[in-house]
Amino acid sequence: MPNVVEHAAGARQFVTDEPRTDWHDQTLWFVRQKRDRMAHSLPEWETLRQWASQIKDHALANLSQYLERLEAQVEANGIQVHWAANAEEHNRIVEQIVRQSGGPGGVRVVKSKSMLTEECHLNDYLIRNGILVVDTDLGERIVQLRQEAPSHIVLPAIHLKKTDVSQTFARHLGTDPTNSDPQYLTEAARQHLREEFLGATVAITGVNFAVAETGTLVVCTNEGNADLGVHLADVHIACMGIEKVIPRQEHLGVFLRLLARSATGQPITTYSSHFVRPRPLSNGKRQAMHLILVDNGRSTQLGRPDFRNSLKCIRCGACFNTCPVYRRSGGHSYHNAVAGPIGSILAPNLDMKKNADLPFASTLCGSCANVCPVKIDIDKQLWLWRQELTRQGMAPVSKTLAMRLMSTVLSSPVLYGWSGKIGRRLMRLFPGLVSNRFNPWYRGREMPQPPQQSFGEWYRQQPKKHE
Amino acid sequence: MRVALFVPCYVDQFYPQVAIAMLRLLQQLGCTVDVPAGQTCCGQPMANAGFNSLSGPCFGQFNRVFVGHKIVVVPSGSCVLHLKEHNPAFEGQIYELCEFLTDVLAIKSLPDSSSSQRGTVRVGLHQSCHGQRGLRLAAMSERNEPAFSKPETLLRLVEGVELVPLNRADECCGFGGTFCVTEEAVSVKMGKDRVADHLRAGADVITGTDMSCLMHLEGILRRQGSTVQVKHIAEILYEC
Ligand code: SF4
Repeated sequence: MPNVVEHAAGARQFVTDEPRTDWHDQTLWFVRQKRDRMAHSLPEWETLRQWASQIKDHALANLSQYLERLEAQVEANGIQVHWAANAEEHNRIVEQIVRQSGGPGGVRVVKSKSMLTEECHLNDYLIRNGILVVDTDLGERIVQLRQEAPSHIVLPAIHLKKTDVSQTFARHLGTDPTNSDPQYLTEAARQHLREEFLGATVAITGVNFAVAETGTLVVCTNEGNADLGVHLADVHIACMGIEKVIPRQEHLGVFLRLLARSATGQPITTYSSHFVRPRPLSNGKRQAMHLILVDNGRSTQLGRPDFRNSLKCIRCGACFNTCPVYRRSGGHSYHNAVAGPIGSILAPNLDMKKNADLPFASTLCGSCANVCPVKIDIDKQLWLWRQELTRQGMAPVSKTLAMRLMSTVLSSPVLYGWSGKIGRRLMRLFPGLVSNRFNPWYRGREMPQPPQQSFGEWYRQQPKKHE
Repeated sequence: MRVALFVPCYVDQFYPQVAIAMLRLLQQLGCTVDVPAGQTCCGQPMANAGFNSLSGPCFGQFNRVFVGHKIVVVPSGSCVLHLKEHNPAFEGQIYELCEFLTDVLAIKSLPDSSSSQRGTVRVGLHQSCHGQRGLRLAAMSERNEPAFSKPETLLRLVEGVELVPLNRADECCGFGGTFCVTEEAVSVKMGKDRVADHLRAGADVITGTDMSCLMHLEGILRRQGSTVQVKHIAEILYEC
């Protein structure tokens, strides 16, 4: 696996700093608790989840129809539609639009949060091609300045503490390195971003929900940065994965109630912006609006019956916040734009070999599936991916041999009885055989004490009075 | 009632006292308990590692051993869940111990509880995930649903048991089958955090429905030099 640090190794690195791991865990647990308070205060919560799941199932089952409907509606509203089969096409389309928009002195681009553009590595692409793009979501801007990837889909800089942010801003924005007061740092970011907003010609946004019925593109943010960008720039490019389409306007009532409650424990995001048609500009023209519909592996996933409903995801991040493994391994250990439990079932679809470790980065505890507002059976799919990866020959030879041996021994009463007896005796006589540093169990835990007799051995010696 | 006992491999080999407690408990409750010879493993270790195809021989052995038995009771939610989801041969006939006691026998008291003269024991209940979320042995904090807990209902029948309140009532311990060695670092960290929650709550004993989780927590407690005990719920229910 070239250039990719496997999850277990990344996670080991992460937990080395135990106080920081505790802080990461507790911060995200706090968000999970806020979500719980919201979820538990709505009597209809489980019904809403059921509805959301069914609407998404229906939309995915009729995806081509709804996409065509959306395209027609969006075009009728005066927005230009582009289709991109993969990340490269998407990036090229964005580049072309940006170049066409260029006045003298080049083009400046501002971008609000969009996991799709992260997935397509749009920033890298644009910057490589000489186009300056600035992330305007505060967390995303922080990680962009640090040349890092977001570690969480809703809280991109959750792996950083305010002192880290202070250092970053001191280096890039000239703030006082000894001052890590959040208000001071946020103010510095506001001033810096304001300049970017005012100078931008093109604003890129993601899309949380695209309504087929009306052609409305709904973007949810807490900072209002999507709106500010779009309202100041002459060109708006909205990028969306094809799975984001929902049939009707009234369905928004279900999703908007679930999204922010699940994500951060707010009743609704501060801004839920509905972009319908290009706005008039002061020079009498109209703003140019583009919608890019991106597949990038989604139709392949749709064709996998076991995994298709992973496309229901509304990217709320609740499964990250609840995941006991994510909280203790950090987003970067998942080496994929979307980390966490949902990332682990989306990533193997994009690149099975590179992401073969991710479905194993879980205890299958099932908490994710039960917080998920659209009821994706994440733990079941993690289990199914494990089977699929084995079928595709992704398991190491040593593991395959070990599993075959285990299966032979554990399905044969004779071999099982012998090996159990011999194993326990060896453990008692030579504890060093297992209690050594080559045994991963023993690194942080004592071995169980092997008893003289197994239950089976004991039972055979009992008088059979009850028979 | 006549029931057959399935003792999962690691319980058989490392925790025979759990199976003995369960056998005696069921007998005290009036069951005729069979322990068919030749039982081995449910196949879960292979399946969760991505080799469900290799569970087949284990299912074959299980089905041969238990053929003709109407009810099979198992002291492990995780093994039961695996058998229920992937081995259809005994559909509706396999029960985890707690659900068997609360749903089938519907016990309202335990055999000897009145004669118990022990002091109070502070017990921390670890909700093993596969039992709790998979078999629905208890309500889960993620869902908006009425509170219930089969293991807790049973523990409340034991005189002298005081359940201690945990900060995170149903967080995973990090055992996770082969996860405990392939992701050793996170697994141990999760276990340490679970143990810390029980210790903070003042537990003298940590109990649960799955010995695999408890083996992991016990390993951590012993490494820390702690004297806090780890007991399967069958041991507490029978001891009384
Ligand atoms: S899988 Fe579910 S919980 Fe996770 S981000 Fe998507 S919608 Fe949210």
